[in-house]
Amino acid sequence: MAEAHAPLLSLRGLTRRFGGLTAVDSIDLDLAKGGLVSIIGPNGAGKTTLFNLVTGLDRPDAGEVRFEGQDITGLSPERLAAQAIARTFQLGRVFGNLSVMDNVLIGAHTRLRAVKPAVPIIGPLLELGLALLRPSSVKAEEERLREEVKTILARFGERLLPRIDQPAYSLSYANRRRVEIARALALKPRLLLLDEPTAGMNPSETAEMQGLVAELKAEGLTILLIEHKLEMVMRLSDRVIVMDEGQKIAEGPGEQVRNDPKVIEAYLGHGLSGTAEQESAA
Amino acid sequence: MSSWLDYTINGLIVGNVYALVAVGLALIFGVSRLINFAQGSIYLVGAYIGWVAVVQLHTPLPLTIIFVAVVAALVGLIIERFGLRPLQNSVRIAPLLATIGISFVLDQLVMLTFSPNPRALPSQLPDVRFQVGGGTIGPLDLLIAGVGISSALLLFVFLRYSKLGWAVRAASQDRDAAMQMGVDVNRVNQAVFGIAAALGGVSGLLVGMYYNQIDTAMSLQATLKGVVAEVVGGAGNVPGAVVGSLLLGLVESYGVAVFGTSYRNLFAFLLLVVVLVLRPNGLFASARQAPPEPLTGTFIAPSRPVRIPRWALLVAVAVFAILPLLPVSFYVLQTLINAWLLGMLALSLTLVAGTIGQVSLGHAALLAIGAYTSALLSLTLSVPVGLAIIAGGLMSAALGTILISPSFRLRGHYVSIATLAIGEIVSLVILNWESVTRGPIGISGIPPLSLFGYDLIDPKSVYWFSFTVMVVLALLQARLLSSHLGRSFRAIRDDDIAARAYGLSLNRYKSLAFIFGGFAAGVSGGIAAHLYSYINHETFNTQQSILALTVVILGGLGNVVGAVVGAVALVGLPEVFRIAAEYRILIYGIVLLLLVRFRPQGLLGTI
Repeated sequence: MAEAHAPLLSLRGLTRRFGGLTAVDSIDLDLAKGGLVSIIGPNGAGKTTLFNLVTGLDRPDAGEVRFEGQDITGLSPERLAAQAIARTFQLGRVFGNLSVMDNVLIGAHTRLRAVKPAVPIIGPLLELGLALLRPSSVKAEEERLREEVKTILARFGERLLPRIDQPAYSLSYANRRRVEIARALALKPRLLLLDEPTAGMNPSETAEMQGLVAELKAEGLTILLIEHKLEMVMRLSDRVIVMDEGQKIAEGPGEQVRNDPKVIEAYLGHGLSGTAEQESAA
Repeated sequence: MSSWLDYTINGLIVGNVYALVAVGLALIFGVSRLINFAQGSIYLVGAYIGWVAVVQLHTPLPLTIIFVAVVAALVGLIIERFGLRPLQNSVRIAPLLATIGISFVLDQLVMLTFSPNPRALPSQLPDVRFQVGGGTIGPLDLLIAGVGISSALLLFVFLRYSKLGWAVRAASQDRDAAMQMGVDVNRVNQAVFGIAAALGGVSGLLVGMYYNQIDTAMSLQATLKGVVAEVVGGAGNVPGAVVGSLLLGLVESYGVAVFGTSYRNLFAFLLLVVVLVLRPNGLFASARQAPPEPLTGTFIAPSRPVRIPRWALLVAVAVFAILPLLPVSFYVLQTLINAWLLGMLALSLTLVAGTIGQVSLGHAALLAIGAYTSALLSLTLSVPVGLAIIAGGLMSAALGTILISPSFRLRGHYVSIATLAIGEIVSLVILNWESVTRGPIGISGIPPLSLFGYDLIDPKSVYWFSFTVMVVLALLQARLLSSHLGRSFRAIRDDDIAARAYGLSLNRYKSLAFIFGGFAAGVSGGIAAHLYSYINHETFNTQQSILALTVVILGGLGNVVGAVVGAVALVGLPEVFRIAAEYRILIYGIVLLLLVRFRPQGLLGTI
């Protein structure tokens, strides 16, 4: 039975140490297909490091990562992107000199047919040849993707579409964040990791983002979310995991976690519970 | 046995000298995350100031050392204040380019003041030798060792116990935090540049005395050796730089013992490449570092490129195409032919340095590979010249990419070091591989350009040939940039971590960029070989690499039209103003500095 309902993503004993500090301390996590699990915790709890371990930007010292039952521990980010795992970054890593269109097209990179052949030497040379000769199939593919990018950008209303040809460095922080999410969606991800998608956004922008994430979830996308805004976390999550000093200190439905004494202590110690209260009151 | 002891002692002494340069580099890197390519120029200045002191002012040795240290420190302070401090909030590439520019300006000033001919710098110590084991050491050896050890000790005490030393260490750990805690980072930078320059100047003096000869070529060699030692020890790591220097001295010394003197530098650069590949953070870095922080700002200056309408480009191409039919002098055609050849190199470099962000300082090596391949194929195998040039381009693409591939894992300044070293390796291999390259004699009697059996000898046909090739290469490159590869290259340049997270393999796309760029550079070298009819290992040198870099920055990084415009400007304008050849490099250096400071996006904007 467990195999029939094998989770899409499962982490077992995932650990990462930096010198004397254990940033991620034997974390277990299961994320079912179509589910949304949120990771919360004070700053420095190890949330982003956990994301880096899952997406291959960093390698764990112990433990394993399984995606659809396959061991993907320590695979390179390129390989994981090809497996349709997409992520956004906490500090916003758009390609500054690329237009919004090009930024999002990079998201579709792994889907390009010219990129597919993984044969050494011949594969890249073929890719170069296709890029220079540009047969009609390549042109058609590019056209199709450009249309698709416009559809993705339309999900953000009038935020990005009018700026489609502007370089990303000229965008506001909130818009850069949106470009990151659009780029991730262009990958057609099977698993999406969102690292604080609403950081630096005002309440109405946050509500907009919350609506979008809810939409994505309703469409069946599997999402792992790091977020500080508890209101959003409570509304969206199937399950919440609380991390503090690298360890998982609580896990369960939102309401249950919120009243857990250990969670309250962790947040009080870092002075964040006040913010959480204010936000849920707002 | 005894000779091995000799080589060991010699290695340690030379290593001690490298340490004086490397420690300065490590201090600067520690505080500013900058590899100071001008360090070798300060070393050169030190050597010549020493010459002035010893030969003209007849100062006693202790006074000579103090004099050199003070003047060199002043030069260091000037570099910091006027060359680098204005660039503090600039794009990441700017300080790197600035130190390259400063280095060329200083070297040329020394050359213009003292002439490029070597000078003797007499040692001011008695010429006695002490027997040690089977070998001998002289007082100068002891002095060098003494200066090396005592300056390392002084530096240790300064960093450890003085207040400014604390500030330097704080700033090198976390610049922003140090600033918040009230550390005056500008003062720290001044102190670091002053100390680094004083050490560099004194080491120039000592090396000059050691070999009893100084010349202007010392500068680049010193920068290279210092950088090798520093990177081997771990960039920014002061004790590591000392150990790296001693190791470098020993490796070179043993290499010379086994293979001969002409292999000295080859060993130094091979050591660098091996360390960069196996342990890019140096021998003494912990095995795994925390993943790098997201970088703020962009690598190149953000700008909106100037849009040139298609008709204007067509008109320009048409004008240059019919130019030979107009009554223009041979001299104008000759100048423009040089511009087209440089344009091809600039196209190659603007793709590699601008579009994918790998600032190559060894690009002339690609010219050399293309030139030698084409020359040797047409001379020894009688391959038709047209085919030989294409073969030169292909060889440059293949060999260049293979040689550069160890640097694909590196970032920013490290790429520049690696490409500089690889460029030197190519030139050393050409010098030493006599059975194929004819070594120092060079290749003469290379057949002239020809196409389908017709020789292209008169300037008009050479002009048309080189212009056509350049236009075709430019069109191909523009087509490449408008494809998915263009945006993939630029994405890798802007943020390689985000690019990898979206499936872009750095090896694959950097290889493709170097293959495409290598072809253009190789073709340029091939045409040049048939045009010059004689080439040797010095025909394509670092100065050309720097000239190409200046062209590319002048035009706008990654900008295809900009590369051609830059080439015409930098080849043409000195001719228009009849600037003497020896001043040209100086002017290129100054142009580079002014551009970095006032118009980092170049004339037509970065793409």
